Amino acid sequence: MSDFVSEFWNFYVAGIVLVSIIACAILLWSQGSATYTVGKTTGHSWDESLEEYNNPLPKWWSWLFYLTVVFALVYLALYPGLGSYKGMLGWTSTGQHKAEVAKAEAALKPVFDKYLGMDIQAVAADKQAMETGKRLYLTYCMQCHGADARGSKGFPNLTDGDWLYGGEPDKIVETISNGRLGVMPPHAHLGADTVKDLANYVRSLSGLPADSVRAAKGQEAFMTAGCAGCHGMDAKGMHALGAPNLTDNVWLYGSSEAVITETIMNGRQNKMPAWKEFLGDAKVHLLAAYVYSLSNAK
Amino acid sequence: MSETQTTYNYKVVRQFAVMTVIWGIVGMLVGVIIAAQLVWPEMFSRLLPDLAPYLSYGRLRPLHTNAVIFAFGGCALFATSYYCVQRTCHTRIFCDKLAAFTFWGWQLVILLAAITLPLGITAGKEYAELEWPIDILITLVWVAYAIVFFGTIAKRKVSHIYVANWFFGSMILAVALLHLVNSAAIPVSLLKSYSVYAGVQDAMVQWWYGHNAVGFFLTAGFLGMMYYFVPKQAGRPVYSYRLSVVHFWALIFTYMWAGPHHLHYTALPDWTQSVGMLFSLILLAPSWGGMINGIMTLSGAWHKLRDDPILKFLITSLSFYGMSTFEGPMMSVKTVNALSHYTDWTVGHVHSGALGWVAMVSIGSLYYLLPRVFGRQEMYSVKLMTVHFWVATIGVVLYIASMWIAGVMQGLMWRAVNADGTLTYSFVESVKGSYPFWTIRFIGGALFLSGMLIMAYNMFKTIAAGKSEDAPVLAPAAHHA
Repeated sequence: MSDFVSEFWNFYVAGIVLVSIIACAILLWSQGSATYTVGKTTGHSWDESLEEYNNPLPKWWSWLFYLTVVFALVYLALYPGLGSYKGMLGWTSTGQHKAEVAKAEAALKPVFDKYLGMDIQAVAADKQAMETGKRLYLTYCMQCHGADARGSKGFPNLTDGDWLYGGEPDKIVETISNGRLGVMPPHAHLGADTVKDLANYVRSLSGLPADSVRAAKGQEAFMTAGCAGCHGMDAKGMHALGAPNLTDNVWLYGSSEAVITETIMNGRQNKMPAWKEFLGDAKVHLLAAYVYSLSNAK
Repeated sequence: MSETQTTYNYKVVRQFAVMTVIWGIVGMLVGVIIAAQLVWPEMFSRLLPDLAPYLSYGRLRPLHTNAVIFAFGGCALFATSYYCVQRTCHTRIFCDKLAAFTFWGWQLVILLAAITLPLGITAGKEYAELEWPIDILITLVWVAYAIVFFGTIAKRKVSHIYVANWFFGSMILAVALLHLVNSAAIPVSLLKSYSVYAGVQDAMVQWWYGHNAVGFFLTAGFLGMMYYFVPKQAGRPVYSYRLSVVHFWALIFTYMWAGPHHLHYTALPDWTQSVGMLFSLILLAPSWGGMINGIMTLSGAWHKLRDDPILKFLITSLSFYGMSTFEGPMMSVKTVNALSHYTDWTVGHVHSGALGWVAMVSIGSLYYLLPRVFGRQEMYSVKLMTVHFWVATIGVVLYIASMWIAGVMQGLMWRAVNADGTLTYSFVESVKGSYPFWTIRFIGGALFLSGMLIMAYNMFKTIAAGKSEDAPVLAPAAHHA
C-alpha cells in the first residue's frame, strides 16, 4: 500500500529530499572554491573587537561533509527513502522482521516440538524442559502471576494446588490456549442485610471468625439465592464454570468481610488472555508442563 | 527618547541574566529530585504522602525538562541575544516596552508551567506539554521577541549582520514555526485540548518539533551565543567566515529532516525513517563546523585557557558539543539505534548536550556578561568561577559515563536470548542492574547543581558590589559608518 494519497506527494517528497542533499554539496563546493586569504580578516568589524578571518574551509572537514552526502545518495539508491521508490535491494522493515522471525522459528522448532510429542507429566519431569519452561513463564506470565507464581489480588496463585478450572494437564493447556473469562454476577438486589449474612456464612465455611446468627441465615440464603447453582450445595465450587471452592481458605480477592461483601454486591469479572495464537501449541504445551510442575513437585 | 537612545538597554539583559541562574537552579533541582526518585522510588510516598501524587516522576519529569530547556535555556538565550544584537548592531534595542513584555510574559509562562504540570494539566506532547492557553501566551511573547530582535537588526548602524545574529534570528523564526505547527490543538475546555493530528502523524509532528527544538532552540541559539562570547573572551577574530557561512546554511537545510530518527522501527513508513537517518548523518559535518570555528578561534592563544575560567567553560562546552554531535548521528543509524533506543544511553546523550554544551556555554557567557551589565570589571570571585568549572565538569562526566554504561547494559540485556529462543533477562533484572549507575548519575547531577549554587552566590555578590548601569552606544568602526 502506498504511503501517499496521490502521486504528487510521492514526487514532492523525492524531489525535496534530493534538492536538499544536493544543495548541501553545491553550498560546500561554491564556498570551498571561493577566494580566501589565510590569516587576514574580512575587513568587517563589530562592537570594537569582533572580526572574522577569511580562512578557507578545513580540507578534512570538507571531505567528511562530501562523504556523508555521497553516502546518503548511495543509500537512497539502495533503500526506500525517495517517495514510493522501493530501492534496489527491495528491503522493508516488515520484510526484515518476517525473515528474522522465520529464521528463529526454523531454528527453534525442533527444540519445542520434541516436548510436544511427550505428555505433560513427562515434560514436567524433564529438567532441561523445565528450565526453558521457567524462562517462558518469566517472559509471558509473571507480569500477572508474579515471578514466584504466587499471584496477587485477582491473579491466581499457581503453586497452591487449588484450581479454578481444574489442574489436570489437559485443563491447564485449555486455560493457557483459550484463556478464561471468570464472571461472578452481582447480587446487590438481595439487599445489604442478606449480603452481610452471606459474607459471614462464606467466612464460616473456611473456619474464619463469623457472626454465627448471621452465618446461619446466610446458609439459608446461599441455597435459595442462587449461590449454590455455581458454587455447589457443598460450596466446594465447580471447575466447569470456574466457580471457586469457598471452603478452602484460598482467596482470590481477599477474605475480610468487607471484601467478600464487595464481591457479592458488585460481582467480579476476571480474564486470563488466550495464548494459543501468539505462542503456538508447542510453547503452550511446555508452559502447561511448567505450571503443572509448580504444584506437583516431586 | 533621544536621551535613552544613547545607551544600550541593559535592564532587560540584567533581568533575563539573573533569572537564568535562578531557573537553572530550580530546573536542575527538579532533575536531581527525579534522579533520586529512580534510586529511591518510595521517597515521596514515605516523606510527603499527601503531596506524593503531585510529585510523582511522571509529573515532575516534564517540569524538569520545561524548566531547564525553556526557563533556564530560554532566559539565557533572551539575555545573550538582547546583549549581542544591541552591541553588534551599535544601536539601542528596538522598543523597550516590547522587550519588557517579553521578560514578564516569559516569566509568566514559566510560572504557569510550574503550577499546571505538577497538577497533571498537560497536552501530553513531550517538550510541548503546556496546555493551549499557555501556548497562546508563548506565541504572543515569541512574536514580541521577533519584533524586538529583527527591529533592532533593521535599525543597525553597520551594514553587515554579525554571524551570531544569523543564528539567533534563525532560532527565533524556526521556533515560531515549530511551536505553531506542533501545538495545533482543539480545546475542549480551558485546561484540556486534543492534538489535531492522529496516530503516527501525531508522532511524526511531535518529533519533527522535538528534534528541531534541539536543533534550533538548543543548538542554533547557543551557537549564536558562542559566536559572540568566544571571540570576545579570547580577544581573537572568528577562525573562518567561510566556515560559518557553510555550516550555518547546512544546519538550516538539514536539521528540519532529522526528527524521524526518534521513531526508528515504529509504524512510521520506511522511507521516512531512511530520510531521517540520512539527514542526521549529513548533520555531522555542519555541526562540527561550529565546534571547529569556536575552538580554532582560540588557536594562537591557548595559554589563556590556563587561568581564564570563562574560556574554560566556553571551550569545554564546544568539546561536549562536538562529542554529542558525533554521538547523535551515530545513534541515528538504524542498527545502532536498535541497541540504544529506549535505554539510558539516550538520556546520557541528551545530557552531554544539555549540561556539557548548553549549560556550560550559557554559564561561560553569563560570567562574561554579568559584570559588564552590573558596572563591574569582573565577577566577585574568579576563584569561585574556577571551582564552579571543575565541580560542573566532574558532574557532567559522572552523569554521561554512568548513563552510557547503564544504557549499553540495558540494550544488551533486553536483546539477549538463550539457545531455546527465550529472553535471558526479565525487564526487572535490567532495572536492578541499573541501580548503581542511577546512583552515580544522581551524584553527577547533584554536583552540577551545586556548581549553580556557587554561581548564584558569586552573582549576588557581584550585583551587591556593582550598580545597574547602561553602557553608552558605541559608534561603529570608522570605515563601517
